[in-house]
Amino acid sequence: MVTEREEIRGLGHSVKRVEDDRFIRGAGNYVDDVVLPGMLHMAILRSPYAHATLNGIDASRAQALPGVVAVVTGELMAQHNLAWMPTLSYDTQAVLATDKVRFQGQEVAAVIAETAYIAKDALELIDVDYDPLEPIVTPQRALESDAPVIRTDKEEQKDNHIYHWETGDKEATDKAFEVADKVVSLDTFYPRCHPSPLETCGCVADVSPATGQATIYMTSQAPHAHRTVFALVAGLPEEKIRIISPDIGGGFGNKVPVYPGYVIATAASLLIGRPVKWIEDRTENLISTGFARDFHMHGELALKSDGTMTGLRVSLLADEGAFHADAQPSKFKIGLFGIVSGSYDLPTCHVSADGAYTNKAPGGVAYRCSFRVTEASYMIERLVQNAAYELDRDPADLRKQNFIEKDQFPYESATGFVYDSGDYQAAMDLALEKIGYDQLREEQKQQRDDGKLWGVGLASFTEIVGAGPHKDYDLLGLRMNDGAELRIHPTGKAILKISVQTQGQGHETTFAQIVAGELGIQPEDIKVMHGDTDNTPYGLGTYASRSTPVSGAATAMVARRVREKARQIAAHLLEVSEADIEYDEGVFSVKGAPDKAKTIQEVAFAAYTDLLEGMEAGLEGVYYYDPPNLTFPFGTYAVAVEVDPETGVWEVKRMVAVDDCGVRINPMIVEGQIHGGLTEGYGIAAMQLITFDESGNCIGSNFVDYLLPTAWETPKFELGETVTPSPHHPIGAKGVGESATVGSPAAYVNAVIDALRPLGVTNVDMPLTSAKVWAAIQEAKATASS
Amino acid sequence: MEIKVTVNGTEHAADVEPRMLLVHVIREELGLTGTHIGCDTTSCGACTVLLDGVPVKSCTMYGVQADGREITTVEGLLEGGALSPMQAAFKEEHGLQCGYCTPGMMLVGTALIEDNPDPTDDDVRWAISGNICRCTGYMNIVKAIRAAAANKAAAGAAPSETSEPANA
Repeated sequence: MVTEREEIRGLGHSVKRVEDDRFIRGAGNYVDDVVLPGMLHMAILRSPYAHATLNGIDASRAQALPGVVAVVTGELMAQHNLAWMPTLSYDTQAVLATDKVRFQGQEVAAVIAETAYIAKDALELIDVDYDPLEPIVTPQRALESDAPVIRTDKEEQKDNHIYHWETGDKEATDKAFEVADKVVSLDTFYPRCHPSPLETCGCVADVSPATGQATIYMTSQAPHAHRTVFALVAGLPEEKIRIISPDIGGGFGNKVPVYPGYVIATAASLLIGRPVKWIEDRTENLISTGFARDFHMHGELALKSDGTMTGLRVSLLADEGAFHADAQPSKFKIGLFGIVSGSYDLPTCHVSADGAYTNKAPGGVAYRCSFRVTEASYMIERLVQNAAYELDRDPADLRKQNFIEKDQFPYESATGFVYDSGDYQAAMDLALEKIGYDQLREEQKQQRDDGKLWGVGLASFTEIVGAGPHKDYDLLGLRMNDGAELRIHPTGKAILKISVQTQGQGHETTFAQIVAGELGIQPEDIKVMHGDTDNTPYGLGTYASRSTPVSGAATAMVARRVREKARQIAAHLLEVSEADIEYDEGVFSVKGAPDKAKTIQEVAFAAYTDLLEGMEAGLEGVYYYDPPNLTFPFGTYAVAVEVDPETGVWEVKRMVAVDDCGVRINPMIVEGQIHGGLTEGYGIAAMQLITFDESGNCIGSNFVDYLLPTAWETPKFELGETVTPSPHHPIGAKGVGESATVGSPAAYVNAVIDALRPLGVTNVDMPLTSAKVWAAIQEAKATASS
Repeated sequence: MEIKVTVNGTEHAADVEPRMLLVHVIREELGLTGTHIGCDTTSCGACTVLLDGVPVKSCTMYGVQADGREITTVEGLLEGGALSPMQAAFKEEHGLQCGYCTPGMMLVGTALIEDNPDPTDDDVRWAISGNICRCTGYMNIVKAIRAAAANKAAAGAAPSETSEPANA
């Protein structure tokens, strides 16, 4: 007989986070907190030029500085075959320059010293002989026939063109445009920005000369994948490499790639025989590590006169920087940009993309988005609003008319994705209701009559996350599958080991809740372990909102596997056949006799103490999940703004975000993720810009120039939810970490454009600084009066 | 240079290079790694500590400038071994995600509610506007600081039933 049990706080409970206990005491363990005996410090000398021939490096003065242990150059790395490394896009990247420098901030030499201060002092004493070359700072210039070739290191590379890639049916799409009643187009540049987690990148590499064991503490969102990459790059035996991702101070895609600093520090530790710490400063982080976006796009939407969308085509030019190092699945040169047809029943769609080398930092990462989905979502949501204007329709109505309807799921899009589930209308209706859309439009008329610039903008995004099924998704050939290992201890407590790596998402809490939901063990009785490749199962890591869709699914499945063994044990304890056992919330009972029951804790104890003869002891399992499909979170965001016509300053008056991410594991954490994403989306729309002057100097190389939203200007958010479970995910969850960054930039910009509509402004490229908005207003006024 | 600083109530003597930043003295000389470094330009506030009760960014001060002064870091927030109202509220209101900005945010919040026991949303947003958070969108940080103020006031009022609430 089982006594009354406390409710199990599994799915749907706002369980407070276990990880908070260390962070609020200042007892987190971030990479810069790692201190090992005998540890040395590394600093990197970076190129001041965007493009220059490297004639030679004289490190003798640096080498002579007391406290300097070694100066590492490309020449030394080349002797160990480590001057170059492969990128995640099947290109190569210089670890330390040997022939040329190809972007400002490129790694030229590294100093290893007794203290970080001495290492930095020594950088000043390294003499480098450069011959500056023409810097190429736009992809358009890069593709001109007389442009100097940036990648002279690659014999086959005769120009700066990297790839041409298409998706969708060109012929059918062109035909749709031929017969269209209306074609609406938009030229827009989605500028370069940077994820800028508050903690920069870094590592502590500890290679033991005695054993060859390499332990690398590293700011890694993907420790297992990085272990394999290290094995391949450095030729180290994989069993002797242990990557430990300690607490990570935010990632947002910035901590997915392998950076030269990691490789140099590891090589230095191997050669010197002492641990080597390398921690970027903020400028290094901004000028050399994974940037995002940088797409020059032209989009066209074909419509019938009644507003029915019939075709979409996009051509784009991607600025990839000096090395093609995008972090994305192998088969998709511009990631999952094919999701550009968005939430609409578009019969045809075609995307054509070209990538170019420029003299800028490499590493196009999916900054809080799933592989170029943000750019795609921005394009379609901006186009739809402009289409509504041109057809004199309300933007909400035009969207509703063209939404994929809920009975059309699973829905195969024109670019071949099979959307799992959705109810776009419901999410939009809720957003419109919450913001009071109809009333706002009435008020807007009044405000416009009074000469004020009021705008309302919408974005009804569809995301594509959780890569992915092995047939189509891999990184460097590695399947994008993830493992989970679950062990139930004799006292009924558990440890769950996962392959993905939290950077603030709260995995230690939510993954315990998934197990709680499946096994009826309270979340606080389940320890979640991650970030140590020696002690967790393999998997490709946390980015592209894949933790819950892939590793979360593995966790549910391993718990179910363990539950089946528990059922066998319960049957033995209750002396009935397995078929006669029922399970509910951690209790196994005999069908028809609910008072004959055993709790999961009793079963766990029996697994180590009282088993049927011949039954294997223990209660544990491992499961590798290969998702059958991606998941497709969606939602509608609605923003109301007022623009000051005299200054171009715009203020968000209301921001309503309705998200549907399927089943919510922990509503408190989901909402926190959405708040964060809406803020980053606001930052991208309003201020976050990495740009370059004509010499290739990075403008935005510190937080004085690269602006991030503070509490003062960040809007206040009002959230809403609908729940449309993913039909193929074991717990119906879809992932949520990136929806808000993907969906919100278009909503903010649409609102500002809507405000400026009476002036005839149809586009301002992000970031919408007050200066740019002011200039657009002036230009529109000048045009009107001329 | 020999300096003496009182950190979290304990006096420490340290021999530091005159150019050593206060944040490095705290993290490396004293081993208190709860104070973080985020930007090097006084922009992000991850390195915030209280200097004689006032929030300062320890990446923009030399250690020697703290000679003879009192510093509170996140490690000094515990009250009698228990979480302070500010720490407890950050957990309760989900005021943190990656945890990197959290020490600075809690210290600014602690100083704020010392001066202003009942801050409005805007008071809090202005007070923390020198501290960047990349994860939370600030919504729950604001909630946490206001909740801490309310809880602190309630706790202050609790011992004697006749006493007035602190912010009445």
